[in-house]
Amino acid sequence: MQQSAASNAAALAVVGVSHRFGSVEALRDVSLTVPQGSFCALLGVNGAGKSTLFSLITRLYDSTSGRIEVAGYDARRASRQALARIGVVFQSRALDGDLTLTQNLAYHAALHGIGGAAARARVAEVLALVGLHDRAAARVSTLSGGQKRRAEIARALLHRPQLLLLDEATAGLDVRARADVMTLVRGLIATQGVSCLWATHILDEILPADHVVVLHRGRVLADTTAAVISAGQTLAEAFLQLTGLPEGAA
Amino acid sequence: MSGWVIAFGGILRREVLRFARQRERFLAALVRPLVWLFIFAAGFRSVLGLSITPPYKTYILYEIYVTPGLCGMILLFAGMQSSLSMVYDRETGAMRSLLVSPFPRWFLLGSKLVAAVMVAVLQVYAFLLIALIWGIRPPLVGFVAVLPALVLAGVMLGALGLLISSAIRQLENFAGVMNFVIFPMFFASSALYPLWRMKESSLLLYHICRINPFTHAVELIRFALYGQLSMLSLAVTAGCAVVFFAATVVMYDPAKGLWRGKRVAG
Repeated sequence: MQQSAASNAAALAVVGVSHRFGSVEALRDVSLTVPQGSFCALLGVNGAGKSTLFSLITRLYDSTSGRIEVAGYDARRASRQALARIGVVFQSRALDGDLTLTQNLAYHAALHGIGGAAARARVAEVLALVGLHDRAAARVSTLSGGQKRRAEIARALLHRPQLLLLDEATAGLDVRARADVMTLVRGLIATQGVSCLWATHILDEILPADHVVVLHRGRVLADTTAAVISAGQTLAEAFLQLTGLPEGAA
Repeated sequence: MSGWVIAFGGILRREVLRFARQRERFLAALVRPLVWLFIFAAGFRSVLGLSITPPYKTYILYEIYVTPGLCGMILLFAGMQSSLSMVYDRETGAMRSLLVSPFPRWFLLGSKLVAAVMVAVLQVYAFLLIALIWGIRPPLVGFVAVLPALVLAGVMLGALGLLISSAIRQLENFAGVMNFVIFPMFFASSALYPLWRMKESSLLLYHICRINPFTHAVELIRFALYGQLSMLSLAVTAGCAVVFFAATVVMYDPAKGLWRGKRVAG
């Protein structure tokens, strides 16, 4: 039943999700939808709950209440099917600096059950996709910050996910590397048909036509396009007004 | 090939690659028991008299007595090393990429455990080879018979390491594991001295040593190295391995585990 529902379901549906860390309420009744083949920016300052939401979607832990579906699969009851459809780039590094790029990617392909010739072909394919095919034999520790981020994206794409989750994917990158990563991700949505939930606190990364979900102190404050949120102001001004944060916080 | 086999192969290959890259880790794992064998055992040979106790059929040198205990020591430190690496991976975020794999968590943790044990068993055989050259010569059949004992003892100690890793929040807290787990387990066991010796000194300590799972892991190895089986040690080691691993799976479970309490920024 759920199998057939998955073909035309949204890439991600978060419905009424709440989560607590002891007495701290990290998320409260959060709902959002990412349609197939679309880009959605999850905008919020540090501590807004973005990483917590990512941890719940990827089932690092379960939510206190609510429901999360990935391509129609319930993240809790059909976690294997749901996780097989997610590619995730966490804020912190996931690649092993001591191993080469190819060894790292082969390991992550194996974690999705891809091995042998199929894994070798797919590793070469994703490295070409992110423009790192010439660094395949390099140790990850020797890559630049921007290259490491692209390598993380290559890792996330290995198993052909339907949904790409990127948590502050441009953190710590210079302007050029940041622009490269943004161009790469937007290109992947256009050419590979993946959907993307892009968690960020950097307003420059958001285009007026982008779908934006503003998350603040664990609650969704807005869920529409950046142009609508701005409503004649700059996005930064609108964001500060919405969140009640002091000037300079955005 | 089944996806499960591929995933296990990938985890094993990574463990071996990491170990091969860290040669100092291999040396450290070997030097520690060799120092005990070459220096400590030589010093204590004349101090500690050993009566004939199973599995030995005659009087033995202290070096011979202590060798199975040092095999256990390698497995104990390997288990804690694996725990340390789990805590480190969690702090850096690398463990998330393992846990978001679609395979069940018990399988991922079990694969990591088995991979770490296989590397640790290789270290034990390297130690036994050097001990052989040093003059410690158990029967040849013992080198084969000891393999399942090493694997089981390694699984028990590795599972204990994983369990500890689930409870440790920060890498800095790991020093406590040395003081509260490794040293008490090692010294309150039959690794360095026979339990009857301990009984002569303190009945309470003797009973503590008797219930220490590490004592049974060491005795399992000691008997197997001489082609014999200690049923009690087998039962205790296997039982503890099951309990430790089951507790680890619960601790890492997204719904029940305490691991979920760690909050991430953002």
